[in-house]
Amino acid sequence: MPKIDLKTAGPFIALVAIFIIGILVNDAFLSTGNISNILARSSFIGIVAIGATFVITAGGIDLSVGSMAAFISGCMILLMNALMESIDSIVVIIFLAVLASVGIGALAGLINGLLTTKAKIEAFIVTLGTMGIYRSLVTYMADGGTLSLSFTIGDVYSEVYYGAFLGLPYPVWVFFAVAIIGYVLLNMTVFGRHCFAVGSNESVARYSAIHVDRVKTATYMLQGVCVSIATIIYVPRLGSASGQTGILWELEAIAAVIIGGTMLKGGYGRIWGTVVGALILTLIGNILNLTDAVSNYLNGAVQGIIVIVAVYLQRGAWRRDS
Amino acid sequence: MKLLKRIIVVAGLTLFSLAASAQTIGVSIPAATHGWAGGLNFHAEQTKARLESAHPELKIVLVTANSASEQANDLEDLVAIHNMDALVILPFESAPLTGPVRNVKRRDVFVTVVDRGLSEEGIEDVYVAGNNAEMGRVSGEYIKEALNGSGDIVVLRGMPTVIDEQRFDGFMAAIEGSNINVLDHQYANWNRDDGFTVMQDFLSRFPKIDAVWAQDDDIAIGVIQAVRQARRQDDLFIVGGGGMKDIIRRVMEGDRLTPVDVLYPPSMISTAMELTALKFISDTPIEGEYILGSPLITEENAEQYYFPESPF
Repeated sequence: MPKIDLKTAGPFIALVAIFIIGILVNDAFLSTGNISNILARSSFIGIVAIGATFVITAGGIDLSVGSMAAFISGCMILLMNALMESIDSIVVIIFLAVLASVGIGALAGLINGLLTTKAKIEAFIVTLGTMGIYRSLVTYMADGGTLSLSFTIGDVYSEVYYGAFLGLPYPVWVFFAVAIIGYVLLNMTVFGRHCFAVGSNESVARYSAIHVDRVKTATYMLQGVCVSIATIIYVPRLGSASGQTGILWELEAIAAVIIGGTMLKGGYGRIWGTVVGALILTLIGNILNLTDAVSNYLNGAVQGIIVIVAVYLQRGAWRRDS
Repeated sequence: MKLLKRIIVVAGLTLFSLAASAQTIGVSIPAATHGWAGGLNFHAEQTKARLESAHPELKIVLVTANSASEQANDLEDLVAIHNMDALVILPFESAPLTGPVRNVKRRDVFVTVVDRGLSEEGIEDVYVAGNNAEMGRVSGEYIKEALNGSGDIVVLRGMPTVIDEQRFDGFMAAIEGSNINVLDHQYANWNRDDGFTVMQDFLSRFPKIDAVWAQDDDIAIGVIQAVRQARRQDDLFIVGGGGMKDIIRRVMEGDRLTPVDVLYPPSMISTAMELTALKFISDTPIEGEYILGSPLITEENAEQYYFPESPF
């Protein structure tokens, strides 16, 4: 007897429901421009959240992602502006900045990972610390103002955000690619199974000869790389970074992960759920901007309610047999 | 032992004489967490350097805070450790800092309050502020005039605070009675990313927009990108606010999309610091209120508001 697994379908049902609300609220919702805006916009949080799915599945948490994104953006902008002097080809400059971005992301993740595993400090505290560090570093780098990418580079680089392939903006393709790689990694590899094992019970995983520390550190590095990928498509959008960049991304990413059905306490993770979670969060903001029905002052309340309802749906707590 | 005692006595005497001759001005402002505050910090440091080199008898202690409670702690430190003679403060929030500033005043410290007034009257000796309602009014008047009294506009607001409300009310009062129709207004939190997304959604929602009041130059930068992406830069214009160098430069170059800007200068902290310093280096009477104007910055006068070195 085919039975729909509500646990898996929950986030999708919520997504469809919100989508229908969007159509009812405003005709402009379904316009190609709006849909591609939503998809491109959700790619930042979505990519970061895919990394967070690994960290959370393995029983960790990373609060530093938002300020890490701001810090990496700042580094990329400063690097590109500096390279202008010595390198003529703008494409080469952008390529070097992208490499540097991935390097910094992986390194920042490694630091978070080693501090949690080797120094035995709780992930919450470690990443709360690094969150403050990166945020003030970028403010310091910008002198309290905003770092701006030189216009000559910005003109070329902006294609990465504004350009499109087969009608879909590049950021959406990147988001999609990261999601597929993340899915394969989490569900079809030994590493993915180890993430589940470490997250459900660290001691048992250790007795089963899993290198727990190595697995956990790898998830933080993966998170760092995801942040850098998000940054690579974020910088060309406005060509600037400041102390305000990426504020609250960490909470949005965690919310996307949990809406998607990953367990906050670890042991179970779902990449497609996370993708849907990120879409839901972006959709809510978009729909609120498309209507006067809700007072501006209540936007936060609506977002809060929808997040709670979405999680309630996917937990299936209302089913009697659970 | 004797030697140690002597050292202590000498050190004490030196400290005493230093404290007696130098006048200490404590300056407490919010940390540089967004563009405008970055400009504020820049101008505060510049003024500190200038005043200290021109008047060696003045000592200026500059502290920055990330929250209202942190700023209250800063005030206690300025009194207890630095023994300040005057305080220049831009309060993080009005209500929570009224009590702490009153306590400082009770210690016979000369108090200058900047930009955000305290909730209780009569505490400060000098009040220096921009005029938020006026800023909104000037923006509204310009848009009304540029559109010949009729058209559809959207408004991007800052955060739900008194500052935002005064600007918004001033703006709405200015366009009242005209045929300017505000299609919608949404908060963009005084930052570029939110300016970009909110404007994208306004553009999808409204096929006809004649002008945008972004209220703040950081928001305006995001709006510009969204408008360009939708290729509607020929259909509308944007009015920001604050006086960010990037926007001023556009105005200076005669950009059609941002024909004007409305000043709300972070350099008002310099006005306050210079005034307070006057109290100690001259007999000039300075007590009172100083409200700075919010002039319209146009292509013709933009140059005098352009500070390329400032981070804002």
